[in-house]
Amino acid sequence: MALLEVEDLNVRFYTEDGVVKATNDLSYQIEAGERFGVVGESGAGKSVTSLALMRLIEEPGVVESGEIRFKGQNLLDLEYEEMRQIRGNEIAMIFQDAETALNPAYTVGEQISEAIRVHLGLNEEAAKERAIEKLESVGIPDAPQRYTDYPHQFSGGMQQRAVIAMALSCDPDLIIADEPTTALDVTIEAQILSLLEDICTETDTAIQLITHDLGVVAEFCERVMVMYAGHPVEMATVEDLYYNPQHPYTVGLMSSIPRIGDNRDRLQTIPGRMPDLIENPPGCNFHPRCPYAEEVCTRMEPPLVDVETGVELEEVASDQQTAACLEHTGDLQKGLDYTVTVREETSMEADGGVTDE
Amino acid sequence: MSLQRFILKRGLITIPLLIGVSIMTFGMIHFIPGDPVDFITQFADLDPEVEDEIRSQYGLDQPVYIQYFNWMSDAIILDFGNAITTNRTVGAEIGDRLPYTLLMGSMAFLVTVVTAIPLGIYAAYHRNTRIDQVSRVFALLGVALPNFWLGLILILLFSSYLGLFPVLPPTGEGLLSWDMIRYTILPAVTIGTGATALMMRLMRSSMVEELDKDYVRTARAKGLPEKTVIRKHVVRNSLISVVTVAAIQVAFIISGSVVVEVVFSYPGIGRLLVERVQTRDFPVIQALVLIIGVFVIFANMLADIIYAYLDPRIRY
Repeated sequence: MALLEVEDLNVRFYTEDGVVKATNDLSYQIEAGERFGVVGESGAGKSVTSLALMRLIEEPGVVESGEIRFKGQNLLDLEYEEMRQIRGNEIAMIFQDAETALNPAYTVGEQISEAIRVHLGLNEEAAKERAIEKLESVGIPDAPQRYTDYPHQFSGGMQQRAVIAMALSCDPDLIIADEPTTALDVTIEAQILSLLEDICTETDTAIQLITHDLGVVAEFCERVMVMYAGHPVEMATVEDLYYNPQHPYTVGLMSSIPRIGDNRDRLQTIPGRMPDLIENPPGCNFHPRCPYAEEVCTRMEPPLVDVETGVELEEVASDQQTAACLEHTGDLQKGLDYTVTVREETSMEADGGVTDE
Repeated sequence: MSLQRFILKRGLITIPLLIGVSIMTFGMIHFIPGDPVDFITQFADLDPEVEDEIRSQYGLDQPVYIQYFNWMSDAIILDFGNAITTNRTVGAEIGDRLPYTLLMGSMAFLVTVVTAIPLGIYAAYHRNTRIDQVSRVFALLGVALPNFWLGLILILLFSSYLGLFPVLPPTGEGLLSWDMIRYTILPAVTIGTGATALMMRLMRSSMVEELDKDYVRTARAKGLPEKTVIRKHVVRNSLISVVTVAAIQVAFIISGSVVVEVVFSYPGIGRLLVERVQTRDFPVIQALVLIIGVFVIFANMLADIIYAYLDPRIRY
């Protein structure tokens, strides 16, 4: 049993323009201590997925069907009070914009210790001590002094650290980090990521890292899920995904990364835009933008299958690579026509360059 | 910067404000054509010499700035001289009336705060439900109804028809006697209605705005109980903008008392002001306008201090 098992999750938003299908039959697992990445363009359903895990989807959104099993227990069946005990305690969340995620009217310390008091039942003093400990563990200097500072007295990087300390405050088993470094500059980003990595290994905490930055994924994650229009289109280990991407969308994402030494005049992009999630195109969601699309792609919706065998899997083992493209079910006539070149001269691990041909 | 230093700084700013208000109060009245002597002479034909004598008796023949300094140096020790129409001291005239207005004002403010804030919170939390829509209609009515009309309707309904409240102020009763308080309820409600409506809507919109903020989601994601999320995080932060307006409402309540006191023949400073404007009793008018101005300045200062207390970003 994996730590987290999401099965056939369907989140819908009932808006005036129609029903937005934010996630469609989404299934994935995260093992204890695993660093799991979720990648995709804006609007692919990444954040909705994480909010659904916390049961924090707000009106007009609803989790229509599916199961979210955490330690074997379906979170969607829990009473409000039971769910509240899990939030911040066993599953914690790190939000994208630390500045707005903190309440400007309370000290940073108070915002960390209030969760400790609520979940661990510690008194004021003990909670404060623990909060200071956590602030120290995320590398905030002079933590006892900074405890009484307000969020606006912290720099952006420090605020993000404080938010991480908050997430760590009750030693959760799973941390959902929603673009935790997007608002930060690259040097701070590297620090924060290595901090998260250390925490993960030291305490055996699993992390679901949501990002649109493939560089971050390569650096940080062990396994990745690529999302498109509320569907997972590819799921693989980081190595497989970067050296051997099996879905045209993954390929498109990777060739969009600009590279030093590139002589192209224009940045490569994926033509077109993601369909609005109210009316998905028939067949494969990606076919209007896919350079390899054939007639069959407009009719058949590709299932997520093992890329080796073409068989749909009940449960994906952590080292398997799956993709949702008709190529792998044998329905595509001409196949996917791209090659992957790996530039060995760059020393960065897993810096796979992909070019279309 | 600590809260103490903020209060000190804020206090120092009020000094030039007070001076400005005093100059304007004093100057304003002198832009009005005619002086008290003209008022007296319209009833009696006086010798120009006698007129001049009266003018010099009251210092009205001096240059304006001298008149201002004379007035101000006395006003600082709350000596506003004698009222022209009654020959009693201005202090005594106002001292008789001010407590009544303060009683009505504080009751009106109490009504406002006690009803507006909980209603606003309730409407925001249940936004876009029927309750919210009903409250919106009442708020609109409350803002739109003119005080003098509302006052008359309340008298008609509750005093004349239902006989619940006296129509005239009780005589010979103390300020805090039950009869007086009962008599004050209707005028207080009249003044408070507009303020309540405005503050309720403000509380609602401020809270709706706060509810959508990221930190609320953070608080929920931390696993705080919903009550704590709302009380500790949302309501407190929503109050920040409401407090400022509440202070301005104090000013509205005081100035609104002018009309309402006339409608209810309430023995406060508002009615005194109207009476003395009609008889051009400069010393009383000046003192009253100054008192109202000072009151507004201090209410605003208090609001700023509460604001700084609630929002640490202001303090630093």
